[in-house]
Amino acid sequence: MHSLFDPSSPQARAVAGLWWWMLAVGGTVWLIVIVAMLWAAITRRQRRLSSDLVRLDDTAHVRTERVVTIASGITVAILIAFLAYDFTVGHALAQHPLRALTIDVTGHQWWWQVLYEDPDPSRQLVTANEIHVPVGVPIQFKLRAADVIHSFWAPSLNGKKDLIPGYTTTLWFQADTAGRYRGQCAEFCGLQHAKMAFYIVAEPKPKFAAWLAAASQAPASPSDPHLVYGQRVFLSAGCATCHTIAGTQARATVGPDLTHLGSRETLAAGTLANTRENLLRWIVDPGLWKPGVHMPAVPLSPPQQEALADYLESMK
Amino acid sequence: MGPSLERNIARTLLITVAIAAVACEREQRNLGQSQSAAPSAFVADVDLQPGPTFISDTSEGPFDDNAYNTAEGQALFEEMNCSGCHAHGGGAMGPALMDDQWIYGSLPNQIFASIAQGRPNGMPAWKYRLNNKQIWELVAYVRSLSGLTPKGARPAREDHMMVIPAPNQTPNAKPKNSSLPSASMFP
Amino acid sequence: MTAPPPHDHTGLPADMTLTDDAVAREAAQLDSIWRDGRGFWGWLTTVDHKSIGKRYIITAFLMFIAGGIEAAMMRTQLARPENTLLGPDRYNQIFTTHGTTMMFLFAVPIMTAMGLYFVPLMIGARNVAFPRLNAFGYWTYFVGVVFLYVSLFANTGPDAGWFSYVPLAGPQYSPGHRVDVWAQLVTYTEIAALCAAVNIIVTTFKMRAPGMSLNRIPLFVWAQLVVSFMIVFAMPAVATGSTLMLAADRAVNTQWFNPAEGGDALLWQHIFWFFGHPEVYIIFLPALGFVTPIVETFSRRPVFGYTALVMANITTAFFAFGLWVHHMFATPVPELGQSLFTAASMLIAIPTGVQIFCWIATLWLGRPELRTAMLFVLGFIFTFVNGGITGVMLASVAFDKQAHDTFFVVAHLHYVLLGGGVMPLFGAFYFWFPKIVGRMLDETIGKIHFWLFLIGVNLTFFPMHILGLEGMPRRVYTYLAATGWGPLNLVATAGAYIIALSVIAFLYNVLKSWRGGAPAGPNPWNSSGLEWAIPSPPPSYTFLHVPVVHSRHPLWEPAVDMPVVTGLRTDRREVLLTTAFDARPDSRHHAPGPSIWPLYLALCMGVMWIGSIFSPYFVLIATGLSAIGLVGWALQSTSTPGTERVATGDAVVELA
Repeated sequence: MHSLFDPSSPQARAVAGLWWWMLAVGGTVWLIVIVAMLWAAITRRQRRLSSDLVRLDDTAHVRTERVVTIASGITVAILIAFLAYDFTVGHALAQHPLRALTIDVTGHQWWWQVLYEDPDPSRQLVTANEIHVPVGVPIQFKLRAADVIHSFWAPSLNGKKDLIPGYTTTLWFQADTAGRYRGQCAEFCGLQHAKMAFYIVAEPKPKFAAWLAAASQAPASPSDPHLVYGQRVFLSAGCATCHTIAGTQARATVGPDLTHLGSRETLAAGTLANTRENLLRWIVDPGLWKPGVHMPAVPLSPPQQEALADYLESMK
Repeated sequence: MGPSLERNIARTLLITVAIAAVACEREQRNLGQSQSAAPSAFVADVDLQPGPTFISDTSEGPFDDNAYNTAEGQALFEEMNCSGCHAHGGGAMGPALMDDQWIYGSLPNQIFASIAQGRPNGMPAWKYRLNNKQIWELVAYVRSLSGLTPKGARPAREDHMMVIPAPNQTPNAKPKNSSLPSASMFP
Repeated sequence: MTAPPPHDHTGLPADMTLTDDAVAREAAQLDSIWRDGRGFWGWLTTVDHKSIGKRYIITAFLMFIAGGIEAAMMRTQLARPENTLLGPDRYNQIFTTHGTTMMFLFAVPIMTAMGLYFVPLMIGARNVAFPRLNAFGYWTYFVGVVFLYVSLFANTGPDAGWFSYVPLAGPQYSPGHRVDVWAQLVTYTEIAALCAAVNIIVTTFKMRAPGMSLNRIPLFVWAQLVVSFMIVFAMPAVATGSTLMLAADRAVNTQWFNPAEGGDALLWQHIFWFFGHPEVYIIFLPALGFVTPIVETFSRRPVFGYTALVMANITTAFFAFGLWVHHMFATPVPELGQSLFTAASMLIAIPTGVQIFCWIATLWLGRPELRTAMLFVLGFIFTFVNGGITGVMLASVAFDKQAHDTFFVVAHLHYVLLGGGVMPLFGAFYFWFPKIVGRMLDETIGKIHFWLFLIGVNLTFFPMHILGLEGMPRRVYTYLAATGWGPLNLVATAGAYIIALSVIAFLYNVLKSWRGGAPAGPNPWNSSGLEWAIPSPPPSYTFLHVPVVHSRHPLWEPAVDMPVVTGLRTDRREVLLTTAFDARPDSRHHAPGPSIWPLYLALCMGVMWIGSIFSPYFVLIATGLSAIGLVGWALQSTSTPGTERVATGDAVVELA
């Protein structure tokens, strides 16, 4: 769900209401203007270009003057009504809740880093591209950019807010119904602007709490030798140079955090569905799916690739 | 103005086509990925060799005159924490990279060897972490720091604190300590 | 009231039968003084506003075609999900070049070019006030055109968007010279626009025919005048931003936009949109200037609400500078600040609405005749009002945060610019082509052109409203099939091809009519402006005798014995200057003749701007070269006398 037409938060619903109202009024105005124009053009039409000018008629002129003045007055009235409605909605949206779950989102070329704030720094949870939120709770996002300007936008939940280097911006909403909401970067940010999506997964509070607890746990060390081999590939073949997996020595923050990658539904910022086959394809040549992506193709043999993919998918 | 206008348009088009034929290497965006490297093994085997080493495989690099790849090298230089030892090129625990002193040679393939195979006294062998294309990108950036690559392709300032002069303002340089021919005589 | 048959305005040269020997001799004498030099050299050195205006219009229209081809490529790429026709690198260059071409190399130049061609004709002048500056402006623009397209073919096309937001367009994230091309190109096409603006302002204020007081200026000229003032205030902002700040950040490592060193990434957006929003009105207001004479002529009556239209023009220009922040509602702007810009953005709908009402009232009070030019005006209202209403919606902060940077905005801006800019422009082509070329455009092909264009525009851009609200962001080179955006994109692509067909129909019409169209005669539409009083195409000296004006519609309400100015010398390029408000004869001015220095100086500027991308030394070299040109230009000026005041009792004053 990613559309203004499917609002799922009080914020998006208010804007959708504003939109439908503006559409109705604006459409009516357009219709009246066009009908007036066509009526004049058709009923008063003459077929042949004549050199005769129209005789100026004072009464008609005065009457028309009155009509034009009234039409202009109505325009002003409509605009004032627009303005008042917009201010009301805008003001309501601008009020930040006092208590909210705070999530830091940092935009990178071309993925999203997500951090769940916690007063205890060791309990802060870092993940990427998939943001779980509880239903019915106001969520505040603190938005930052690591490189260029991005824009955080999940149409079903709220309008967008830019992530600008040197600034921290904020946005908040409260999801009403459980569901997966697609969002996408809305500010042109380079080669892969088109493939910089994210998902907001709204869940009932208990389910969210369970997810948070699970996600905060480092995945268990693998015991299956195949998976152990996969982990060794991850740690020594170059993956760990950029990625983090909690509970291992991989602690780099250049690329997305891959802890619990197996539990995510998409790969590469919403580019591919998260299946083992797709993960393999992605590892073999990321540039094929996202030309220009900063992740390199790591030279691995097929058994190494398979073990690596199985290891990553095993971390649910 | 009719016929002469047409003639002028034709002339302009001719010049355009001529220039298009000599497409610009500097602006190429090589978005494909490295494919040529062999599968890596997992035993670190630093070749401890003094003196210059030549890498004969130049199928993917060097990127000296490509601005995009040099910029990618610039990003890698930060991301791989090269500054941890080389301090943005100024030198600290590791040697300075923006001066004209080169212990293991200043040619692209010599620097490639230094990065890929590592060097004594702490330079790790990066060939287990980076693919050849990435190493060539780092080579281009490292060379740009001391003014060894064409000026048009060198990076300008970064969006960080200015700790070194931007490579595009570094004067063109000739390396010392190298009896080897100058870089421009190599591909 | 009846318009007199064309042969009745005695005194106006178009209707003079040149059998009279004295008149024929005078015309030949004037022609020998005013015409361009011969051959290729003459082509390079001309300072005639008609020659320059014509080549300006042709070049800018070629740019429209180039931008259109780029648009077709983009639409083809987006026709289906995950298309691989253009990769992201190529696509980014194409969409940036499309925007840059359409805004900087097509829309603004063609609007000012129409002004440079027609303003002197409509106010009874023989040339613009600064003829050599005019030539210089064209050549500067021409160098810019060549520069951008050579760069594009050399894989150095700018790729950070026509808005070049930093840091993406800054030194770190756009390596190479692609964005430098954009930054310098923008600056010197703005110089061309400034040359045109200064020229139009001074021409309008000082060179109007005697009697054409401010309240009698045609609305076309009013629009050009107002827009010229807007150019003077808006263009320096972007020239400063792009050259002194963006290009300097990239080439000599200044820190304007680097937050780590005290710069600010948002600063660029403010500077850019302070220019970028008025830019829209710079394109749109001249187009409204085209509409009025077309509506008047084909409704067979003077326009309803002249004063209201003039006031609307001026108000729009003022407001246009007060609403740039509505392009930045997604950035951290305080709520109160946003409200101000929302209010201003809605306010600007009022003058625009008033203008639309006035034209519809003119239709009601007149007897509209649906020639192609008139159809384009109806198409303009049909399309533009839609774009205006979505514009009012976008002024709302809450809604804009949803629609900003999506295809909804793409739809809105194309409705406004194609509907509000290009449709009136096509109408103007059908209306004034006979004046420029002397032959009529074909009406049947014209109507095919109109219908294809109207259908194409609506088919292309209407679905984009829905796509935007369904979450499709702008400037994406592809989208996933799972998003469900495929079908509407396919419709939009089909529409784009229909637009292409319509433009092909227009080109065919122009090529066919240029040689074989029906001869037009001086006033084929029985229209009212002074430009219709002279032969088509206009002779080199434009007016044999400068007319004296007594009303807003000189050819519809001629004085019983329409006087003309006769006291001007015919043995040199002499023009009459009049006072700024009442247009009373003020002085005679000796206008300059052909000169090569404008071309030379424009080329020096090209060396400076293009060279500065590669090395700062080119600035020094080009400054030296320019100095030679400036000396040559100045010497040429001093070799001819300038202005002398018109004395009371002078023949000129007596007649006026």
